[in-house]
Amino acid sequence: MTVLKLPKSKQILYFFILLFISNSELAVADVYDEFDISGNIAFQLRGFTQDSMWLDQNTSDVESSISGEWEIRWRSNSNNQRVSFIPFARWDENDKKRSHFDFREAFWAYQNDDIELLIGLNKVFWGVAESVHLIDIINQTDLVENINQEEKLGQPMIRLAFQEDYGLLSFYLLPYFRERSFSGPDGRFRSETPVNADNAKYQSSSKRKHLDFAFRYSHYFGDIDLGLYYFNGTNRDPRMSIGGINSELLLNYDQIEQIGLDLQYTHSSWLWKLESFVRDGYADSIFAGVAGFEYTFYQVFDGIGDVGILFEYQHDDRSSVESITSADNDFFLGSRWTSNNINDGSILVGFILDKKTSETFYSVEAKTRLKENTLLSLELKVTTNSELGEPNFPQSRDDYLELQINHFF
Amino acid sequence: MNIHSNITLKNILCVGLFLFLPHNSLYANADSEKGYNIAARSDRSDRGFSDSVVEMTMILRNSAGKQASRTLQFKTLEIPDESVGDKGLILFRTPKDIEGTALLSHAKILKSDDQWLYLPALKRVKRISSRNKSGPFVGSEFAFEDFTASELNKFSYKYLREENCGKLICDVIERIPLYENSGYKKQISWVDNSIYQLRKIEFYDRKGSLLKELILLDYRVYDQKYWRPHKLKMNNIQTKKSSDLIYDAYKFNLGLTDSDFVKGRLTGLR
Repeated sequence: MTVLKLPKSKQILYFFILLFISNSELAVADVYDEFDISGNIAFQLRGFTQDSMWLDQNTSDVESSISGEWEIRWRSNSNNQRVSFIPFARWDENDKKRSHFDFREAFWAYQNDDIELLIGLNKVFWGVAESVHLIDIINQTDLVENINQEEKLGQPMIRLAFQEDYGLLSFYLLPYFRERSFSGPDGRFRSETPVNADNAKYQSSSKRKHLDFAFRYSHYFGDIDLGLYYFNGTNRDPRMSIGGINSELLLNYDQIEQIGLDLQYTHSSWLWKLESFVRDGYADSIFAGVAGFEYTFYQVFDGIGDVGILFEYQHDDRSSVESITSADNDFFLGSRWTSNNINDGSILVGFILDKKTSETFYSVEAKTRLKENTLLSLELKVTTNSELGEPNFPQSRDDYLELQINHFF
Repeated sequence: MNIHSNITLKNILCVGLFLFLPHNSLYANADSEKGYNIAARSDRSDRGFSDSVVEMTMILRNSAGKQASRTLQFKTLEIPDESVGDKGLILFRTPKDIEGTALLSHAKILKSDDQWLYLPALKRVKRISSRNKSGPFVGSEFAFEDFTASELNKFSYKYLREENCGKLICDVIERIPLYENSGYKKQISWVDNSIYQLRKIEFYDRKGSLLKELILLDYRVYDQKYWRPHKLKMNNIQTKKSSDLIYDAYKFNLGLTDSDFVKGRLTGLR
């Protein structure tokens, strides 16, 4: 495709032009029953409360960006075949690396009563916890999108899944590896030395073409939901090292084997949650876990809204030679309010406190629908008590308030 | 099955202990027998539909007259055993920001349902607490329990009287929810005596005050057997808010099975 040979900035520009046109014109394709075309365009404004910390970082306190996503879906009349195609792009005012383009989904799937075969790029989520997505492993994190690690790059896969009476068995062949996206030298949320993302090192000689494999079983037994998986392949989580001519920060993608577990016990207003993994790879075996609960008070205040209380404890015993994690010995306390009204408003407030270093991370996420097709969201992320040498120190002056307006079509 | 001898088996999993709790052992009398029989006749007139799919529009109005709408698809799988509830799958179509969100529900009669929510942005399937059957469903005046209100064994019954309801004659029956977390102390229902369908329900809150009034309109028959209302109007008497449900034509007997109502299927609905 010639469009892929164009410079990245042009690709993104053309993407947005198409998106704006489709917003009005191509929606007529909706009349064909099997087709569904939808999408959204978002304008985002981030205000940083402090000056940037590192050399070459953009000094602007306000950063605007536009993102867009197009969802094109087709389903056969017989209902057993479907195709999904979701291109995504963002243009960012300051950070060239944050301006990027990806296919979140681009797959064909066949399904009959109890078998599903899916080939292409897709997104898969595993896990139950709220404060960290510990065991989620299939997709690479699109870190430039949000530091919350919830945005993912589309992963090329062949998935074969069997729905049996005793649960769902899924087999994944992952033939191509996606590298994590990192902020460029201009951007916020970077380390002192910017990451050289163009020169990643792989343990496997097949590099990105290493064939990764995963198998997962998931089911429920009364009030207990259980998931258990085995993964063998390239670690999504890169180990950092200093090297190269300019002492750059290099990324190392190791080969790992990992067993992961997610468990939830749902009873009355309680959700009890556990996620855990054991990983064998670069150095010693790593054991990590997050456990906690969510309790909801229903119809409080005006008799309509719900208030949930969340508590989780994060543990990770990896050594300092491994990839960096801040979720090693931390408490998370949060509260979620959902309005249950016409506008579906919600607010999630949380803080994560490191037990040993007292490094504290505060987060507020709120959203409400302004009109039928317009969503307003607000996000606040603040780090305090971060000292030199701690995982979040390089980003400790990147506290921000974000406002975003999404228009859906 | 005799409702008055109902026993709930409460399985307390965390300690592996089984507790037997005798349920509301109401003394059987003629009025409750008659009320139960009328409700049973209404419920059983619906037996054998096996599965259904319907598209629905929900219109919400607040007291200031502000209006919003949602469109959803309801899929239902009938479970013939009256002591187990049906299985349901709700797929949200609009507003667009929640398009693709799905709610899978395995109904239980007296215990909390098993429910899973699918959040398409994260592609996350989340088991949720279903204790809150009485809260507003997607901001409407309908509670989740109102959608499954016609499950026979969720109530004990008492026959009140016979009276005119529009052009028809209705039996008026009081029904008391047996589900302990119900948002209602009681409901008064009007069932016509020509096609045995619900025409009106009054909902009384836990304090016993009139909370909501539901009117069921535009009944149409499918396969000369299955009656469905196509317009439901719910008025909240206390807040002056209201919600209407407007249904498209139902499709029955599509050959849906248990495997269309499992949590593993939630990621592949669109």
